Amino acid sequence: MLDIINLAKTYEAAPGKKRQTVRVPTLDNISLQVKKGEFVSIVGPSGCGKSTLFNLISGLERPDEGQILLEGREITGEKGHVSYMLQKDLLLPWRTILDNCLLGMEIQGNSRGQARKKAHALLEEFNLSIYEKSYPHVLSGGMRQRIAFLRTMLANKEILLLDEPFGALDAYTKSEMHDWLMSVWHKYSSTILFITHDVEEALFLSDRIYVLSARPATVKLTLAVNLPRPRSRKMLVSEEFIELKGQLLQALFEER
Amino acid sequence: MKRYGASVGFFIFMLVIWEAVVRFFGIAEFILPSPVRIGEALSETSALLWEHSLQTIIEVLWGFTLAILAGIILAMLMGLFPVVKKVLYPLIILSQTIPIMAVAPLLIIWFGYNLLPKVIVVALVCFFPITVSLVEGLEAVDKDIEKLLLAMGASPWQIFKTVQLPGALPSFFAGLKISATYSVMGAVIGEWLGASKGLGVFMTRTMNSFLTAQVFASIVVISLLSLIFFGLISVLAKFVMPWYEQK
Ligand SMILES: Nc1ncnc2c1ncn2[C@@H]1O[C@H](COP(=O)(O)OP(=O)(O)OP(=O)(O)O)[C@@H](O)[C@H]1O
Ligand SMILES: [Mg+2]
Repeated sequence: MLDIINLAKTYEAAPGKKRQTVRVPTLDNISLQVKKGEFVSIVGPSGCGKSTLFNLISGLERPDEGQILLEGREITGEKGHVSYMLQKDLLLPWRTILDNCLLGMEIQGNSRGQARKKAHALLEEFNLSIYEKSYPHVLSGGMRQRIAFLRTMLANKEILLLDEPFGALDAYTKSEMHDWLMSVWHKYSSTILFITHDVEEALFLSDRIYVLSARPATVKLTLAVNLPRPRSRKMLVSEEFIELKGQLLQALFEER
Repeated sequence: MKRYGASVGFFIFMLVIWEAVVRFFGIAEFILPSPVRIGEALSETSALLWEHSLQTIIEVLWGFTLAILAGIILAMLMGLFPVVKKVLYPLIILSQTIPIMAVAPLLIIWFGYNLLPKVIVVALVCFFPITVSLVEGLEAVDKDIEKLLLAMGASPWQIFKTVQLPGALPSFFAGLKISATYSVMGAVIGEWLGASKGLGVFMTRTMNSFLTAQVFASIVVISLLSLIFFGLISVLAKFVMPWYEQK
């Protein structure tokens, strides 16, 4: 469904007040694939270029080299093809929860009435409709993240890019969110590309994991996670899980 | 009302001291009237004060409306077209260095002793805080929210109306509140320089007759009017931005 072929990106940065710029090679020859209905994660050291990769896929920036294909069609540098959820929840404080959920459909020019109906139905389904008329500031971090995720889903694109959506949550809320995300993903057979630096999170959620190297990022390891689904907390201590975790950690630590 | 309790208490305390000092030293009324005398002057001249206030209120309302319209139009143009901002913004700031007291007599020469010069003075005084606060508000967009919308495929106009405009409201209302407190003063300054009616006129006349208690009475009315305008804007702000938490 999503094919990323030999992507490369170098930034020109101007450190300090000096006129001359330095080249910051950030991504180097990245290739990866996400199939329909798959949950794929990307892990890598901090600052290696994970968010940069998402900025390229979403069309916010252009790669220097390489191609991005969606369902076989080239979308390199084009915006509006994927749903992108950034590191923060970014709910608009002046919009009610329901109106926040409409954002994507509104930008696409859908009729407001129909968008409302759809958003309402989805909120209802996840028992969040009681918050419909509330403003975001009354919600907890976990709730806000759920709403932000539903908003991303309602933008109705074939693939969701999630950039460390649970990075700021406490451990308990985070594991709650994992179960929740799994149920939504299962129910809607969404296709998800997920950034995290939490190795357990990646293993618990994913079908496949790409480990990126330190900058300039290359694909260091591709790991298939063949644990059965639905996944449970018990698996976190299973032999297979620990074996996979060892491989992941080793690949990451070599980058230090 | 509760949160102003301490301020009100302190204010009353100061009034009591004032009253005591005036009585104790037997200060002449034309130099410093006591609060009680000011209160009496207020009730004695209430009908006259009201008549003059009405004139001032009309000037303020027109001037304020004009300032809001001009402020919104200019700030929108500057927000949408960076070139406009580059050219106009420094000039707008520069315009604030011209003392209003110097401009007001000119306005009277140009437009005569009617309503217009006072309305223009009010507008000139109010226009700056409104424009600047709106421009800054429009600029203070969260870059990540902008990114989110861009990724959704939003056009610059969609970003402007869904993010920048609503996001600028708190700052805009802060500017409106500042303007509201200046607005009555602007009208009074305009009236000082030539008018037949208005609180400024009342003030000049009573001052020339050494009716100091009545001068103070007009000051009280001016403050009250400013407070009322401020309060109205605050109520409007709560109504327009129910999502905005006042700190
Ligand atoms: N617009 C830009 N101009 C110059 N350099 C940039 C720009 N954007 C990112 N970089 C650099 O590219 C590198 C990768 O940044 P990126 O945000 O993609 O990392 P990341 O893997 O998402 O990090 P984190 O784990 O902290 O989120 C960083 O060194 C950053 O300084
Ligand atoms: Mg990042």
